[in-house]
Amino acid sequence: MKYQVDDNGFYGRFGGAYVPEMLYPNVEELRQNYLKIMAEPDFQEELQVLLRDYVGRPTPLYFAKRLSEKYKTNIYLKREDLNHTGAHKINNTIGQILLAKRLGKTRIIAETGAGQHGVATATVCALMNLECIVYMGEVDIQRQAPNVARMKMLGATVVPATSGSRTLKDATNEAIRDWINNPEDTYYIIGSVVGPHPYPDMVARFQAVISEEMKAQLQEKTGSENPDYVVACVGGGSNAAGAFYHYLDTPEVKLVAVEAAGLGIDSGESAATSVLGKEGIIHGSRTLLMQTEDGQVTEPYSISAGLDYPGVGPLHAHLHQSGRAIFESITDEEALQAVLELTRLEGIIPALESAHALAAIGRLGAKPDEVVVINLSGRGDKDLSTYLDRFKFDDK
Amino acid sequence: MTNRIQQLFAQKPEGLLSVYFTAGYPNLEDTVPIILELEKNGVDLIEIGMPFSDPLADGPTIQQSSQVALRNWMTIPKLFEQLQDIRRHTQIPLVLMGYLNPVMQYSVERFLQKASEIGIDGLILPDLPLSDYVREYKELFEKHQLSNIFLITPQTPEQRIREIDRHSNGFIYMVSSASVTGGTTERSVVNTAYFERVKALGLRNPGIIGFGIHNRDTFTQACNHASGAIIGSAFIKALAQEGSLQQNISTFIQSIKQEQIA
Repeated sequence: MKYQVDDNGFYGRFGGAYVPEMLYPNVEELRQNYLKIMAEPDFQEELQVLLRDYVGRPTPLYFAKRLSEKYKTNIYLKREDLNHTGAHKINNTIGQILLAKRLGKTRIIAETGAGQHGVATATVCALMNLECIVYMGEVDIQRQAPNVARMKMLGATVVPATSGSRTLKDATNEAIRDWINNPEDTYYIIGSVVGPHPYPDMVARFQAVISEEMKAQLQEKTGSENPDYVVACVGGGSNAAGAFYHYLDTPEVKLVAVEAAGLGIDSGESAATSVLGKEGIIHGSRTLLMQTEDGQVTEPYSISAGLDYPGVGPLHAHLHQSGRAIFESITDEEALQAVLELTRLEGIIPALESAHALAAIGRLGAKPDEVVVINLSGRGDKDLSTYLDRFKFDDK
Repeated sequence: MTNRIQQLFAQKPEGLLSVYFTAGYPNLEDTVPIILELEKNGVDLIEIGMPFSDPLADGPTIQQSSQVALRNWMTIPKLFEQLQDIRRHTQIPLVLMGYLNPVMQYSVERFLQKASEIGIDGLILPDLPLSDYVREYKELFEKHQLSNIFLITPQTPEQRIREIDRHSNGFIYMVSSASVTGGTTERSVVNTAYFERVKALGLRNPGIIGFGIHNRDTFTQACNHASGAIIGSAFIKALAQEGSLQQNISTFIQSIKQEQIA
């Protein structure tokens, strides 16, 4: 079984580029150039220097002693939360903005849900002195005020997406429409392993630095570059794609993708695409998609704004269908418990998204001599108001 | 094969007026009355939009009409039911336009068969890639005598236009400028260089210009460069006016056509 993208942009039966003709030249320009540019020595050098000195890589691989004692196994945290801007998102935006510059683009657009990708994009646009327009659902703008403020402070224009359900999928629609309207000077930085080929592959390659570092760090700490489990949360799936990337063809490493069950799989308020989705097309990609019987896209729900996407990257759809990855789903409540657990056991406040991965530890059945790596994709600062609201520390 | 689209272009190679509307808008049962009224007012070809929750290529007007139509419970089965007897009432060429996902969920093969039985002449599925069409669906379209209509834009390279022409058998939808539907900037129809470039290619299929055509002036300009033009968003806005469906349709279509007479 092959898990990398094929020459036509497919992962098994998923992927492709289902875009209207208006987008064809843009996507085609990217497809013809991305691998070539990424392989250029001066591109790699500029990228590596920025990842090291600006983003703060390599991120540590931390042995979580007290968490390991509790679960009676060996748990390592890949500390993507320590990246500049607080999450793995910047690995991708740094890479894509260097690519945009080499393609001669002068105007950057992006979509954002919780605002993490928007902030990571606004950050690199400030760094490179490029115009930045971020589309964000009107509903999310209200829910994520601190990130909206950060983007504005960084000089980005935040445009509310007022169509449809006014959340991430609609922000993505608006960004795509902007790209249709501005086909020549504009580059679209997609934030996850979604969208038409070559985006899923390109974003996965930029995030692959996560598992590349993990291998070397595990070798040093455990004597083997292969853990028994790699666990990551999946919305669109970019941090999981990066954490899995260099282990895809190593079947002895179990890959665990954790989706958001929201209020519960059968509650009607969920974002567990692998359980609730059917094959369909969203944002130019054939993948698993939450939709009605008539093929209308439905609105997912999760307490975590970064996981409520109605689709999933085509790589993950393929990993699910082929059985290469194990899919788990975690409810809002379980994720919140995991937030508190990590905070109190290790002194690390995780993002709500990453807490879904943490909450799956107990389901792995990992043995005392096994090694589990959790990709701690982001820090919890952005979720503080949710935490204060839910945990009500004053009353305790 | 010859269907009504090919017959139309053979009989009337220029000045064609094609109108798009979203099925289920403004009211669920307006589909057939709108078709009949458009024909009565001298429209040459009708595109019936199948509403989708996430219409990527459409501007605010068609997005909004799609949302209303979905709230009215328009679905593909419902549309087929409404159009079941349409060929008893009119022989105007009919094209269904929509996004691939709802068609996939219905099943592409069943969809083509049903559309053909009803007497639909063509399909526009903007997010069905040319390569997928050629590989998976072209034979089925031909078997059911349905024209698949592709879009081209000012950015489409010549080689690709020729490839699209080779695989088309009705007309080519020339998107007037880089934009989603409903743009009203004047630049959208004065892209003369692009239209003339396409004309000079000597394609097998006639072209119709769409996107941004919204009044008699832009319609006339477009007709000077192609076999006709398509009006969508402007017509949907007209449907939303106060007054009866008949009045709104007649007032709008006559406002477009009078210029040709003058």
